[in-house]
Amino acid sequence: MNRYPLWKYATLLVALLIGGLYALPNLFGESPAVQVSVAKASLKLDLGTVTQVQEAIKTAGISPEVVTLEGNSIKARFASTDVQLKAKDAMSQSLNPDAANPSYVVALNLVSRSPTWLSSLHASPMYLGLDLRGGVHFMLQVDMQAALSKKAESLAGDLRSAMREKSIRHGGVSRNGQKVEIRFRDAAMVESAKRLIQDQFPDLVVAESVDAGETKLVASIQEVAARKVQEQALKQNITTLHNRINELGVAEPVIQQQGLDRIVVQLPGVQDTAKAKDILGRTATLEIRMVEDGAEARAAETGTGPVPLGTERFLERNGAPVIVKKQVILTGENLTDAQPGFDSQTQEAAVHLTLDAKGARIFRDVTRESVGKRMAILLFEKGKGEVVTAPVIRSEIGGGRVQISGRMTTVEAADTALLLRAGSLAAPMEIIEERTIGPSLGAENIAKGFNSVTWGFAAVAVFMCTYYLLFGVISSVALAVNLLLLVAVLSMLQATLTLPGMAAMALVLGMAIDANVLINERVREELRNGAAPQAAIHAGYDRAWATILDSNVTTLIAGLALLAFGSGPVRGFAVVHCLGILTSMFSGVFFSRGVVNLWYGRQKKLKTVSIGTVWRPDGSSGTALGVDGEK
Amino acid sequence: MEFFKIRRDIPFMRHALVLNGISLITFLVAVFFLFSRGLHLSVEFTGGTLMEVGYLQSADLAAIRSTVDGLGIKDVQVQNFGTAQEVLIRMPAQKGATPGQQSEKVLAALKAADPTATLRRTEFVGPQVGDELATDGLKALAFVVVGIMLYLAVRFEWKFAVAAIIANLHDVIIILGFFAFFQWEFSLPVLAAVLAVLGYSVNESVVIFDRIRENFRRYRKMNTVEIIDNAITSTISRTIITHGSTQLMVLSMLLFGGATLHYFALALTIGILFGIYSSVFVAAAIAMWLGITREDLIKAQVKKDTDSNDPNDPNAGATV
Repeated sequence: MNRYPLWKYATLLVALLIGGLYALPNLFGESPAVQVSVAKASLKLDLGTVTQVQEAIKTAGISPEVVTLEGNSIKARFASTDVQLKAKDAMSQSLNPDAANPSYVVALNLVSRSPTWLSSLHASPMYLGLDLRGGVHFMLQVDMQAALSKKAESLAGDLRSAMREKSIRHGGVSRNGQKVEIRFRDAAMVESAKRLIQDQFPDLVVAESVDAGETKLVASIQEVAARKVQEQALKQNITTLHNRINELGVAEPVIQQQGLDRIVVQLPGVQDTAKAKDILGRTATLEIRMVEDGAEARAAETGTGPVPLGTERFLERNGAPVIVKKQVILTGENLTDAQPGFDSQTQEAAVHLTLDAKGARIFRDVTRESVGKRMAILLFEKGKGEVVTAPVIRSEIGGGRVQISGRMTTVEAADTALLLRAGSLAAPMEIIEERTIGPSLGAENIAKGFNSVTWGFAAVAVFMCTYYLLFGVISSVALAVNLLLLVAVLSMLQATLTLPGMAAMALVLGMAIDANVLINERVREELRNGAAPQAAIHAGYDRAWATILDSNVTTLIAGLALLAFGSGPVRGFAVVHCLGILTSMFSGVFFSRGVVNLWYGRQKKLKTVSIGTVWRPDGSSGTALGVDGEK
Repeated sequence: MEFFKIRRDIPFMRHALVLNGISLITFLVAVFFLFSRGLHLSVEFTGGTLMEVGYLQSADLAAIRSTVDGLGIKDVQVQNFGTAQEVLIRMPAQKGATPGQQSEKVLAALKAADPTATLRRTEFVGPQVGDELATDGLKALAFVVVGIMLYLAVRFEWKFAVAAIIANLHDVIIILGFFAFFQWEFSLPVLAAVLAVLGYSVNESVVIFDRIRENFRRYRKMNTVEIIDNAITSTISRTIITHGSTQLMVLSMLLFGGATLHYFALALTIGILFGIYSSVFVAAAIAMWLGITREDLIKAQVKKDTDSNDPNDPNAGATV
């Protein structure tokens, strides 16, 4: 009765093998490494870059352990942190000859020391949270009200010029909060204004009110449109943050949306919070100016002459110099959107800009006067300007819709659009949560968590082995298997392991032993009541199962609640807690039964079960019925 | 080895009234402290800035306090954290200044006073986040209570569900009472510990209820009180051993986990101790007061028990 069919043993074996395999990388630990990734979308990493990296390291007199190209990053592993720092300097000097305009992100990182065959199985160590590896965590709140007000403002401008074009007379257009108010003295004009809004402004809904002989139209942004504005604002802020964080040289930054209006930024390994905050909170400004094309300017461009009066010299993204007039035509304020796309006639990659009413008017006037000349769009960050693009004006552009095209790849178009949008960050952000963990604290936390788990495990195992003898040994092995599987699952899922997560690991091991205690006590009880050893084992496992299931379900309910409503440290705790309960059911019941079956199941005439003393109230010791243990 | 050599069923239910009285008094005392002293909520809930600063020598708390006060920051708490070299500084959220500036200003001032000061960690939580965490915590508690009650009501019977939840909420309130009385810091990990305890000690009640159900089926002659006594007696060894094992783990956390896990482990310890008590003395007793009967539990199974001699069984003697 205590035998498993072959497939059950096979399942156990396979689960153990897979578990062992995926838990293995954690044993190898991590080595200091330098990671190279591209800072600009137009660049690509290839084998050429790998050789460049290798040569740079070699000339610095350092020998790396391994240099690998994985996806979109090159990782070079080193023996110690000293060598790592030296190599980082050598690599950034070689890859970024112009430090002010880096093409590659060279960052310090940790890389698993596990052999390549393990890595090729996608087996990697557990992903450590910030509290274990050190770093910075920010939660930013995007001011959606400001984004909506901005949208309303630009719509108000658009309305004004649209009504002028259609010669609809009005008594003033103004923004009131997130609504646009239009006053009319002439009731006849109200109808045509309404029609105009219906035709040209699908994002607006209007309400009419009459007040002291004056008709007022109140246009508000439709809910769908408002949601779109918010989504875009969030997305835009995230992309802007991405761009800025690239500059910090963080190996594995996490930038995620949380909820409807929040962004979480995690920068592992970053210690300089002041710099990180400075970069995150920086505002970029966009300016449109005319390019100076005279002979003097040409000379200044090539560096053979001085920069002419009233002009400035800037670099384009590819490094080519451009001489630009100091006079600013438009700023990022007037740019409402920039999207990559295609030219409708030539199907070339293009960037589509949308200007607000004021911007459109100025733009039309400027372009009318300067057909054939070049204009430059400049992005200023930290007071440093860069020419994003400097297209030639082909014709007068009215209506506020501008297209930049020609000699651009789709990637470049996307990149340019992103930069232009970055110049006008959709909505202001505020840091509402911030955490910094020093690297030494991280290492201490790992040690603390590790010690808690180890000593707790040892204490429980010693107790189980002395109290339940062989069954205790089997229970302890099952507990070890539980730990192994839990580590393997966490490594596979790459769930973030935090200090509360390690506490959950210890706790779940303490709780998991419950299943084995239940079983062992039940088996003893059956023996006490006079059951034969084989029958006792069978009944013990059988009867305990329902109880184990019930108690695990209630624990799981608590775990799921924590997972659903928890955030930050609680979530880290809950993930490990829930996974641990699931793995404990497997190891505590299925696995331990397998071992027991393997050990006792084959013996047809089983006389003794090593489960410790089976005491009987009538005074006869358990030994009489062939139960060994203490006498 | 056998720790529990119990000859006869222990009459747990004989003293149920007294024990429930004690429970009620403990509960009321906990509620009293919870209201009179309130919980010492961590920065996560109240909003504000927390800094952990490390020194090479033992830190001079008074000097640090006056340095921070000198910056014009009000209501600052300075205390040791773990060791004498480490200091925890708590500052309430300030209007006007951004949190980052605040912690940098403080660190600069501390470094000026003692150059060995190093920032180990900072934490800033805006007030709106704090409020959300508090409501999320309550939502999680409600979810656990409702979820467990539903499960127990389906698996057993509503009377058991009510009994288990009352018994275990009583544990939760007592844990909170301890935190209020000693003014221990109540942080997010502690909240996690409290909810984990709730799920865990319901286990205990479930094991006993399981046994009660089984006994109802097995011992047709016994009355409810005897059945409950027997169920508790036969599971008591398992109860103590399981909780002991879990407590070993928690103890290891308490010893090796450092200051960060200290209150987490403490909450678990109290929860585990009171969990045993409430499962044994409170949950079963409440189920008894609520009047559980054999029929409540074995309705579905009666038809199968053809050899039943129970006079209360309407299907007694029927054959299928």
